[in-house]
Order: sequence, then C-alpha cells, then structure tokens
Amino acid sequence: MATPVLDKAEAESSASPYITVTFRIRRFNPEVSEDAVWEDFAIEIDPKERVLDGLHKIKWDVDGTLTFRRSCAHGICGSDAMRINGKNRLACKTLIKDLNPEKPITVEPIKGLTVLKDLIVDMEPFFQAYRDVMPFLVTKGNEPTRERLQSAEDRERFDDTTKCILCAACTSSCPVFWNDGQYFGPAAIVNAHRFIFDSRDEAGEQRLEILNDKDGVWRCRTTFNCTDACPRGIEVTKAIQEVKRALITRRF
Amino acid sequence: MSADTSSAIGPVESGSLYDVDNPAPLIEAPRKRTGKTPRATRGNFEMAAWLFMRLSGVVLVVLVIGHLLIQLVLDGGVSKIGFAFVAGRWASPFWQVWDLLMLWLAMLHGANGLRTVINDYAERPNTRLWLKGLLYTATVFTILLGTLVIFTFDPNIR
Ligand code: SF4
Ligand code: FES
Repeated sequence: MATPVLDKAEAESSASPYITVTFRIRRFNPEVSEDAVWEDFAIEIDPKERVLDGLHKIKWDVDGTLTFRRSCAHGICGSDAMRINGKNRLACKTLIKDLNPEKPITVEPIKGLTVLKDLIVDMEPFFQAYRDVMPFLVTKGNEPTRERLQSAEDRERFDDTTKCILCAACTSSCPVFWNDGQYFGPAAIVNAHRFIFDSRDEAGEQRLEILNDKDGVWRCRTTFNCTDACPRGIEVTKAIQEVKRALITRRF
Repeated sequence: MSADTSSAIGPVESGSLYDVDNPAPLIEAPRKRTGKTPRATRGNFEMAAWLFMRLSGVVLVVLVIGHLLIQLVLDGGVSKIGFAFVAGRWASPFWQVWDLLMLWLAMLHGANGLRTVINDYAERPNTRLWLKGLLYTATVFTILLGTLVIFTFDPNIR
C-alpha cells in the first residue's frame, strides 16, 4: 500500500499480528475416560484477542468436542469463569497478551465443583447456597402504588455488592469451600449483603440468621482469594466482614 | 481427521500427557451441600469461637510479651531462671493469676485455631474425628496439669 519500499520487509514482519499460542486445556469426558488429562493446542491468534476467542478457535477449527460455557462474551452473564494460568477469571475478559503468551496458557475448570465435561462444572451447589440466602426483596405491609424510594446514600451502602454476576469465580477460589463444599461461599454472602444492607428490605435479620450458621460467615478465614478473583472488582472479603460485624453489633 | 486439523496441534505436546501407566490425577467430586436452608440458630458456637479468638488474641499479646520480657530480657535474662525464681514469682497471687490466664487463653486459642485447621483441611470425616479427639485430649490434659501445678505448687518440695 502506501508503505515505502525500504520499509517493506519490516512492515511485512510486523503486519501479521498473529502469534502461536499454546493452550493447555484440562480435558475430561466421563464417556471416554475416568481421568482428566491436559491437552495442548497450538493456534495462531492475535495476542490482543481474549482467551475466549482462543477457545472458540479451538472448538470451531480444531477440536469440536471441546466443551465450555459462554453466553454474552462480554463479561455480563458470568458463565465462563475458569481457572486460567492458575487464577480464576472470565475467559471473555482476559486478554492473551496479559498472560505471557510465550508459555502455554493453562485453562482448567473452576475448582471445588464437580466437573461434568471439560470446562463445565456442576453449578448446582453454588446456586443452592445462593438460593439459601433468599436473594430477593422481602417486605411487609401493602404494596406501594409507585416505586420504593431510597436516598442516594442508602443506595450507596450496598452498591458494591449489586455488581455480582454470579460467575462463581470467588466461591471456587475459596480454600474453605474446596474442603467440603458446605461453606456458603463468598458469592452467596455477597448477595445476602446486597439485601441485608438495603434500606427497603425487611428480612435482613432472617438472612443474618442463615449466615450465622456453622457453615456461614464464621468459616471465612479472610484469605482474600475471593476479592482477587472477582472479575467485577467487588470487595468480596470486605462484604463478608461487614456481615460479621452486623451479626455481632446487632447482639452486643 | 484432516491434515490441517492435526497440524494445528503442537507436535510434541499434542494429545494426552497421560496414558494407562501414567494416569492423570483424578478431580474428585466435592461433597454436596444439603438441599434445604439450615435452621436458624440464635446462640452460636462458631460465632463465640470467632469472637473468643479475637479477644483472647488481644489479651495474649499483652500477657505473652510481658511474660517473655520478664523471663528472657529484664534483670539478667534467662540465666536467672531457676527453681527459686519460679517459686518466688508464684508466691504472689498476681503472677499466679497471670500464668493461669496465660495458660488457659493460650491453650484454648491454640486449640481452637487447630480445630479450624482440622475442619478446613481434613477431608475424611474419620480423619477429622481422630485428629480432633487427639487435639481435645491433649488440650484438656495440658490445661488440667498446668492448673494443678499452679494451684498446688509447693516451694518447699524436696
Ligand atoms: S462476587 Fe464477583 S467473583 Fe463472586 S460470583 Fe459475584 S461477580 Fe463472580
Ligand atoms: S461469556 Fe458472559 S461473562 Fe464471559
């Protein structure tokens, strides 16, 4: 094109943004083998693309049996949390260039939940804990004829925890949850926090009681894995501590 | 499989890293939580334990640092410790209470810490049971023995 002749060789070498990236993926197919195995895929990809694009490339062009969840591809639906290079992240929010593409990029299912196939885990225990904290508005008395108003400060109180997309990155990064899966997990507590500190809600007491359980907030060891893992930048550990404080100050 | 398909897979690292003789580690299924919401409880042992850890921790900082200062640093350091030194200190009720408090708080604090470690790391219920049994036995034994010594200490023992 308009490139001067002298620079041609150089321009050509830098023209292709593609590099070879190795994806080391933890494969598991119960119909084939009991064991989960690592499998390597070397693909040509622009490092400015995301891990999810790499997975798509593999699934569409190389091995159609690769199985993973994704829906929105833009960090909204929370379906593609996975362990990438040992850290829980959303594949659709992780750029390959941020991961040191010279080395193989490891992709595993999130830990602590039963793997069903490849990167898909059984999310039922996670959502069971979520349902257990009653993640919906509870009020008494008559329905107002218009919306329930709230001051900006009251809204601010729980703003952070409204951002949760239920991706399970936090819960499946928690070593206490890994142990026996009985701990409620950070995500459930975050979503309880969202209603406990909502001035319009009236079941805060009830939710606090649920989290006062022996597998509730007291099992939190402030490891901070959840805060590190959250793709929405929610201060998860802080939310858990706020619930603990509410439990103690309400009594003493 | 077409040729271009297999060429996209890296040469050395392609395919499975594991085979029959070298099986991959198994991903174990987690235990599932129960389907129903746990019953709400007012008084709660876990909360009491959590609070106790915080409060006893604060008190222990004072007690232990004071203890270490007196035993190891002030007035001649370790060399002064002997039967007479201990006997002299335990003659005063103040030091008796100090040591008693330190014994109880440190033992309970440590035992509760280990209890949570066992809860978090022992995966099989049986391991958990045995480890906790051992822990509680050791704790009770040490606390009782220590308390007995502090209360029945006789400086004229031969
Ligand atoms: S708190 Fe963050 S990491 Fe946890 S489920 Fe919600 S969005 Fe995901
Ligand atoms: S695909 Fe929806 S969050 Fe990544």
